Amino acid sequence: MRNPLSSKVVEIQPSGIRKFFDIVSEMKDAISLGVGEPDFETPWSIREEGIYSLEKGRTFYTSNAGLKELKVEICNYLQRKCNVNYDYNTETIVTVGGSEAIDIALRAMLDPGDEVLVPQPSYVSYVPCVQLADGVPVIIELKEENQFKLTKHELLGAITPKTKILVLPFPNNPTGAVMGKEELEEIAQVCIEKDIFVISDEIYSELTYCGDHVSIASLPGMKERTILINGFSKAFAMTGWRLGYACGPAVILKEMIKIHQFAIMCAPTTSQYAAVEALKNCDADVAAMRQSYDERRRYLMNAFKEMGMDCFEPFGAFYVFPSIKKFGMTSDEFATKLLEQQKVAVVPGTAFGDCGEGFLRISYAYSLAQLKEAMGRIQKFIQSLQKEDE
Amino acid sequence: MNREKILAIIEKNSRIDLKDLAMMLDMTEVEVANEIAAMEKEQVICGYHTLINWDKTSEEKVTALIEVKITPQRGFGFDKIAERIYNYREVTAVYLMSGGYDFTVIIEGKTMKEVALFVAEKLGPMETVISTATHFVLKKYKDHGTKLTEQKKDERMVVTL
Repeated sequence: MRNPLSSKVVEIQPSGIRKFFDIVSEMKDAISLGVGEPDFETPWSIREEGIYSLEKGRTFYTSNAGLKELKVEICNYLQRKCNVNYDYNTETIVTVGGSEAIDIALRAMLDPGDEVLVPQPSYVSYVPCVQLADGVPVIIELKEENQFKLTKHELLGAITPKTKILVLPFPNNPTGAVMGKEELEEIAQVCIEKDIFVISDEIYSELTYCGDHVSIASLPGMKERTILINGFSKAFAMTGWRLGYACGPAVILKEMIKIHQFAIMCAPTTSQYAAVEALKNCDADVAAMRQSYDERRRYLMNAFKEMGMDCFEPFGAFYVFPSIKKFGMTSDEFATKLLEQQKVAVVPGTAFGDCGEGFLRISYAYSLAQLKEAMGRIQKFIQSLQKEDE
Repeated sequence: MNREKILAIIEKNSRIDLKDLAMMLDMTEVEVANEIAAMEKEQVICGYHTLINWDKTSEEKVTALIEVKITPQRGFGFDKIAERIYNYREVTAVYLMSGGYDFTVIIEGKTMKEVALFVAEKLGPMETVISTATHFVLKKYKDHGTKLTEQKKDERMVVTL
């Protein structure tokens, strides 16, 4: 029989962290701080709208780019929150999660050999999606001394004549880093000068803890070269509804909609009706979740300080990214031992790129009681390491 | 600002460790303790109670909500009448209401008869009370923002990230 597989696909590495969590599910009393989704249920009024749409028999496809009512609300929301003005009809598409938006944006824009700048540590999908779209991923290694922000110099150093797109993943998973207006302005300036497009993944935009999120699309000259990606999973605790969106120049959106139309048809109808409610009436729910995350974030930062674990203060998403460099182990070794000895599962920083070596990703999408128990165990683990040293 | 943050947290969990509270709010334990003590003194914080689902115990308990209509009299306004009602040990809450009646009185007793007798003997005969309507609580689903009926379980599965 012939080889049934595409060599392009076979070459792509699967995400390497499954093994930990397969162990965790077998282990009694294990605490996982590995999950990258909110611990809150979707606010009830949103679920209620989903139920109502089913009762009303709204069980058909929507138009390919999404329900008009939802697209209008998305544009209102982006105007209100990010000060960017999009046309619902030609510049907006509703997708199956932010992930689909990333995929179709890359596929719509890349020709074979085009280079895409991917700052790391970052979400695991960017590199494989670039490869599947026949692009060439070029990694920019973000540094802790810059609070894992992308600097102008790092960007300039990575640009070649083949560079077409910069992926901008802030607020960042896994580091929790955010980029402020001045920092984005420097990046924007380079993108305009070098004629580079930006795919700005802003899925954590509602979860910032020091001032409001700024979208690079809101900066002068950037809207026409930015695909803004966002979604409902993190802000509204709607991961299972699989709903995201992308906004950008009509000329790119038209081609994205074409791919979406042939591969997906349309995003789930029930989710789209529910999402209208989310954007219209759920600011207070989002604020309450943000407040709760912020309390946990502060709790973890203080707990790390107390146990002598180095960690820069993240101001976004729901992750902290402490350094374990001083313990003389790789991230993988540290995480494995921590799981074996104290039954706490965290994700090694290397899951998010080679430059994540020396770090751990800890999610605080867990109750305070769980976090407290886990911090106690991590402290014991660190003490046992320090004893070994003596 | 910190006051409201402390209150928001202890309203849901008054037994939280002072230390945890301090860590969550970037304050010191002493600062939190002082703030709480000040609020207790100023009666911003009026007490610490426990939310109990009595249905799960062997204790017999009924709760009734009573609508009370009154006629305020000269020199004897709502507050005075309320005081005469809320001083009874059986009364757990009294609210002044807008709308169709004047007070909501919440009474706890061991049996329906006990509560009914209280209304008939104590509340009804007060000279300012025009009428009462007693409603017994059959089941509490949610109280003080807490669902009494369901156990939550973490159902999140492992995905790539």
